[in-house]
Amino acid sequence: MMPDEERLKQGPVAIFECLQEIPCDPCADACQFGAVLAFQDINDLPQLDYDACNGCGNCVSRCPGLAIFVIDMTWSEDKALLKLPYELLPLPQKGDEVRCFDREGTEVGQGRIVRVVQSLRVGTPVLWVELDKELALDVRHVAPLSGGGERDG
Amino acid sequence: MKQVDIAVVGAGPAGLHAALMGAERGLDVLVIDNAGQAGGQLVKQTHKFFGSREQRAGTRGIHIADELTKKLSTYTKARLWLSSTVLSYYPADQTLMIEDDAESIRLIQAQRLIIATGASEKLLPFPGNDLPGVYGAGAVQTLMNVHGVKPGRKVLMVGAGNIGLIVSYQLLQSDVEVVAVVEAAPHIGGYAVHASKIRRMGVPIYTSHSVKAARGEQVLERAVIWQLDEQWNGIDSTQFELPCDVLCLAVGLSPLTELLWQAGCRMVFVPELGGHVPWHNGRGATSVPEVFVAGDAGGVEEASSAMATGALAGLSAVESLGQCPDYAEATGAWSRELDALRAGPAGSKIRKGLQSLQL
Amino acid sequence: MRISEHPILKFRRGHRVRFYFDGQEMKGFEGEPIAAALHAEGVRVLHYSEAGRPRGFFCAIGNCSSCLMMVDSQPNVRTCITPLRAEMDIRTQRGRGVLSGEQSEDRES
Repeated sequence: MMPDEERLKQGPVAIFECLQEIPCDPCADACQFGAVLAFQDINDLPQLDYDACNGCGNCVSRCPGLAIFVIDMTWSEDKALLKLPYELLPLPQKGDEVRCFDREGTEVGQGRIVRVVQSLRVGTPVLWVELDKELALDVRHVAPLSGGGERDG
Repeated sequence: MKQVDIAVVGAGPAGLHAALMGAERGLDVLVIDNAGQAGGQLVKQTHKFFGSREQRAGTRGIHIADELTKKLSTYTKARLWLSSTVLSYYPADQTLMIEDDAESIRLIQAQRLIIATGASEKLLPFPGNDLPGVYGAGAVQTLMNVHGVKPGRKVLMVGAGNIGLIVSYQLLQSDVEVVAVVEAAPHIGGYAVHASKIRRMGVPIYTSHSVKAARGEQVLERAVIWQLDEQWNGIDSTQFELPCDVLCLAVGLSPLTELLWQAGCRMVFVPELGGHVPWHNGRGATSVPEVFVAGDAGGVEEASSAMATGALAGLSAVESLGQCPDYAEATGAWSRELDALRAGPAGSKIRKGLQSLQL
Repeated sequence: MRISEHPILKFRRGHRVRFYFDGQEMKGFEGEPIAAALHAEGVRVLHYSEAGRPRGFFCAIGNCSSCLMMVDSQPNVRTCITPLRAEMDIRTQRGRGVLSGEQSEDRES
């Protein structure tokens, strides 16, 4: 479930990588802008109204499957911003350089943490990672420069 | 002899829900569990639950266990005996024999009995499966998530169902390396989102692969893995070794049904439900009028379903004592929850199992 | 082998106490299962079967008998669910174990 190129050019937007019908619906309650459409059946796949989504990332912290990401291709001239859920220690800090991994666990480049959001008590921490635009659609995991994630590929 | 309205065996998600249904309606309820802590397997579940808000989706299992136990403790007529083992059930006079936490034997007569004993882990036969380091997934979770001890340095996970995938992720969260997940079936059985979490952290998942042998002198040092053909036979030419000090078995669960057999319940073999299960009517009633079943003991499912089947069994037991004026309304709500949980493709196996149970 | 920091869990541990494993002094937390304390100290062989095969931790819920050890001279203690206490004398068990006094005194019926 990927928004089209036009939508990506308009600013931050959530990407739901939830492609299998499973009984789960916390994302429907997570969005205060009504961008996640109400479920008819708990097994439904989530439906996102891309026009209503402002990429705030609240759903990212609420998804039990850690399957939601936010991409902002308008972050800067040459960099994109990726918001991803992170449930590991040590939690990277603002300013840290991190190694970036794709969905298969292959290291594809580096990024920099620009913010760490830990607002809700039950919410998963959300990392804001600044990275090259061409990496934003592929990177789904980060690790500190030293230690962790040393098993590439 | 002490008498209670309802005895519940097992203080997991199903048993606690069943007990709450009785306690909320003013009955004497006794919950017995052989563990030292209530919550059953919930106490090991650090991940956020799926399901809907009613089933506490987004809440971690460890917090659900606390919440349910606290709620039960607010009812003065509800009691919880921990570190207590039910040794047997005598259907003729509806009596349970229990070894309590002081290792004394106690007899309890219960008007209604709800069996919520859960399930035990299945084993996998291969040479060396008795080596120290070959552990059940439940044991790995207990060691790591309850006692804060790393099970080892390099773990090979066997089974890519939800338990295998979730425990792999929990190991990574505890900073333990997961060298691989092997799965005998040609497809990952667990949810894709759980698999994605460990894939992006670099853990390979080998489908159509199994363990040929575990090797080591005194303890596990390495595992021999091989690919399976379409008849699930190992292919010699494909075998390779993976160094590991833990081999974690997550190859399915079987309902724990000893007390149901003892009670004389009609038992049915249903592979989709995990093996022998008591016949039940979908609301916990078994073929023995005083005996009800809840949770995995009636068919292996997820914890969210166990909470619902527990509530239904509790309500049915209360109703059978003539004490449940809101039976239709309350069971209606829980049944709808349960049907919704089982409605999608992920619930097809359990639906098929429940269907064949009724044949 | 202890988890010092965990992203989700906080471990409430008892007092740090001394115990003995096959005569060797070790430390663990009071109240945790004996097998967990041993595991944290790197001890993985808890028992030898009748045939002499090593046995370790397995089910962690007191069901499987793989973790039976001699504790304070009592054989067949399920160490995966028996809480650790200070000064416990814990020993690797071989086979079925021997009850204290079994060889020297008549067994009571």
